[in-house]
Amino acid sequence: MSLLAVDHVIKRFRGLTAVDGVSFEVAEGDIFAVIGPNGAGKTTLFNLIAGVLTPDQGTITFAGERIDGQTPDAIARRGIGRTFQLVRPFPALTVEDNALIGALLRRSKVETARAHAQEVLRRLDLYDKRHQLASALTLPDRKRLEVARALATDPKLLLLDEVMAGLRPAETDRMVAILRELNRDRGIAILLIEHVMRAVMALAARVLVLHHGAAIAEGVPEAVVRNQAVIDSYLGAEAL
Amino acid sequence: MNPSIYLEVVVQGVLTGLVYGLMALGLSVIFGVVRVVNFAHGEFTVAAMYAAYLLFSVFGVDPLVAMVPIAVAFFGIGYGLQRALVNRFVGRAEHEQFILLVGLAIIIVNGTLLIFGADARPVRLPYGFDSFVIGPVIVDKVRLYAAGAALAVAAALFLFFRFTRTGTAIRACADNLVGAAVVGLDVRRLYALTFGLGLACVGAAGALMETIADAKPELGPVYTLIAFIIVIVGGLGSMTGALIGGVLIGVSEGLAGLIIAPSMKSMMSFALLIVVLALRPQGIMGRRR
Amino acid sequence: MMGALNPRGRALLLGVLAALIAAPLVADRYLMSVLILIFYFAFVGQAWNLMMGFAGQLSLGHALYVGLGGYVSALLWLKFGIGPWLGVFAAIAVATAFGAVIGWLGFRFGIEGVYFALLTIAFAEFTRVAFDHIDYAGAAGGLFLRVEEEGRWWDLRGGPLLFYYLALALAAGALVLTAWLARTRLGYQWLAVREDEQAARALGIDVFRAKMAAVLISSGLTAVGGVFTAFYNNNLFPSRVFDINRSIEIILAPVVGGLGTVFGPVVGAFILTPLGEALTALTERLGINAPGVKAVFYGLALMVIIVLRPAGVWPWLARVLRLTEHRP
Repeated sequence: MSLLAVDHVIKRFRGLTAVDGVSFEVAEGDIFAVIGPNGAGKTTLFNLIAGVLTPDQGTITFAGERIDGQTPDAIARRGIGRTFQLVRPFPALTVEDNALIGALLRRSKVETARAHAQEVLRRLDLYDKRHQLASALTLPDRKRLEVARALATDPKLLLLDEVMAGLRPAETDRMVAILRELNRDRGIAILLIEHVMRAVMALAARVLVLHHGAAIAEGVPEAVVRNQAVIDSYLGAEAL
Repeated sequence: MNPSIYLEVVVQGVLTGLVYGLMALGLSVIFGVVRVVNFAHGEFTVAAMYAAYLLFSVFGVDPLVAMVPIAVAFFGIGYGLQRALVNRFVGRAEHEQFILLVGLAIIIVNGTLLIFGADARPVRLPYGFDSFVIGPVIVDKVRLYAAGAALAVAAALFLFFRFTRTGTAIRACADNLVGAAVVGLDVRRLYALTFGLGLACVGAAGALMETIADAKPELGPVYTLIAFIIVIVGGLGSMTGALIGGVLIGVSEGLAGLIIAPSMKSMMSFALLIVVLALRPQGIMGRRR
Repeated sequence: MMGALNPRGRALLLGVLAALIAAPLVADRYLMSVLILIFYFAFVGQAWNLMMGFAGQLSLGHALYVGLGGYVSALLWLKFGIGPWLGVFAAIAVATAFGAVIGWLGFRFGIEGVYFALLTIAFAEFTRVAFDHIDYAGAAGGLFLRVEEEGRWWDLRGGPLLFYYLALALAAGALVLTAWLARTRLGYQWLAVREDEQAARALGIDVFRAKMAAVLISSGLTAVGGVFTAFYNNNLFPSRVFDINRSIEIILAPVVGGLGTVFGPVVGAFILTPLGEALTALTERLGINAPGVKAVFYGLALMVIIVLRPAGVWPWLARVLRLTEHRP
């Protein structure tokens, strides 16, 4: 069952075509990765899906309904959670309050939301730090907080924008494990932008490669990394 | 009503508006470059008015002449203020900046009240009642001179920004702060210079204003508002915008005072502000941010 | 967000409240008038703080709502004999209507920061000049209520004792309301909006609705302060009640006490008002005619606080006196 369908989406900025007719589908419970060099249009694509930008052409459908052109908060309410490439925790609030605000999307009582937030923090190894201010966290913890906060909104689809960047291999592996668990236990679909190929190979069922805004390859990870165009434009021969 | 009265009011409005414009220019420069919201702008203007008043009553100096030393003094004040105090607020939350400058504004307004009292302090110039007759219109000499001086100062500032190295450096800071720092521009010094220049405009405008209006403490907030209205209507960061906006406000206030009622003329400006904020916040000459 | 009061803090709060309730037994008229002033500023400061400290929207035109509240209730009383306990509802309705317009203009059109502050100032000033010309409301000459000392509490006619307990109830009520709101879903949404609007949207928060709620509650509450001030002072002049200086006075206590905190405005009012009054009394005692010296003091206080302790006095005080729950 297709959860998210992006159909020939085009986005231009004053003469630069950031996203050039991209189409793909994410099924329920899928883990789908979007890779490509910097400037390829990946974050723009995310922003189009999340409602921050509106496509110039094409449609985006989620759970059977069109979402292109809707506001970010309406899209979040429909069940798409997202993280930002440059993490944006609420700095003056505690870790727990950060997650709590996410949990309040689907829960009107603060106590139940708080309980859910704590459970989410536990999953992301942040429970012990729940009383710390978000501004006092290290970068890996902040990234986890971003994910926790988005997760607390009970999304059906999670958009993760380079959550592995800056993490050491051990931390990357831990995050991969957490995401796999979430996907397996809760059936949450994940669409991730990643540069860290280690994570892509470990997580993704399908991969889409963007270059200059256009899709140049799509398929299972093992096939995509052997694709000559992908190697030429992005991976380089040493990646294999 | 005699149509030439309308024309006269418009001409008066243009001339007064040019002085307003000079004041607003200072604000535009400060906000456009240093990105500090100078809520004490009008209060500084009134302080300059009092300075001109003092120089006139004690030394008999015509404000048109006193404008120069006052502008220089205010440059120094602006430079020092930015360096010593305002600089730390440049990166901080906007509302903290406002509060700092609102506090300063309160001090200036009430300081002048304490020192000079609440009565208006006019400057009685020997040619204060003279006028030129240009066609059907009678124009006050005082207003014409003030407007001319305002234009001269504005032109000098424009030339400075356009053709000097420092001026170009300041414009670079306004356009691209990180880039400016990367190429080695001393941003803090340039900020202080800009603040100084902005307040120098205020000093000059205040001295000129004293020839047209009488210094009173309560004018502080009024002028602050006018300066902001002009900058928003005319377009932030645009020098011509500040002057055009000033003229627009000067004329609309004059006409509103004539057509509706003198005491209601400020309502026109506020209504204009609300409309511009809603529909075209970048103002007439500004670029969309 | 501040931690909640610990038992020590709660004991202190109850102690202060008890002292304030008993104060009229020992206080003279002057002291009571100062206390009423403190309660008033704590109240309107608390109302303003909801918009700024929690939802992050800077309003420098809050005197608009005070003035509207005062005029609506005073006019209903003077022209129709409708007492303030009913009139307050009309006052709230009118003020929130204005607040709704300002909020809608601001938030729909993306007017933020300094532009929003200027918008609020423009509305207040526009209304001030307008009221100067509305003869039905007394125009520039103002409105006057007859001063009556015999107690008719239902018409808010009475001596200082009536207004004392009313003001205390208002201030305490605003405190309770703020503390409650801070713990609701809306309160947390406000925090998110204040911290980072885009991130808040990504979590499904309708930012427009959250901000509007803040404006409506804040403006409505402030209008109640306007009703109080009209019936306590027994007069209303546009140039005084809508004046931008009133708007600035409203922000003093919350800024000094602590933006966005529950107790900030109260603490700020208790610090600033007595000091200001003491300064005025001192200059009078010394025979110095110094109009504006109190305001200079307030201006200095603002600057000192924002430079040295921008979070306000209350967070520091709470830490030093250990009045709040300790978070690890």
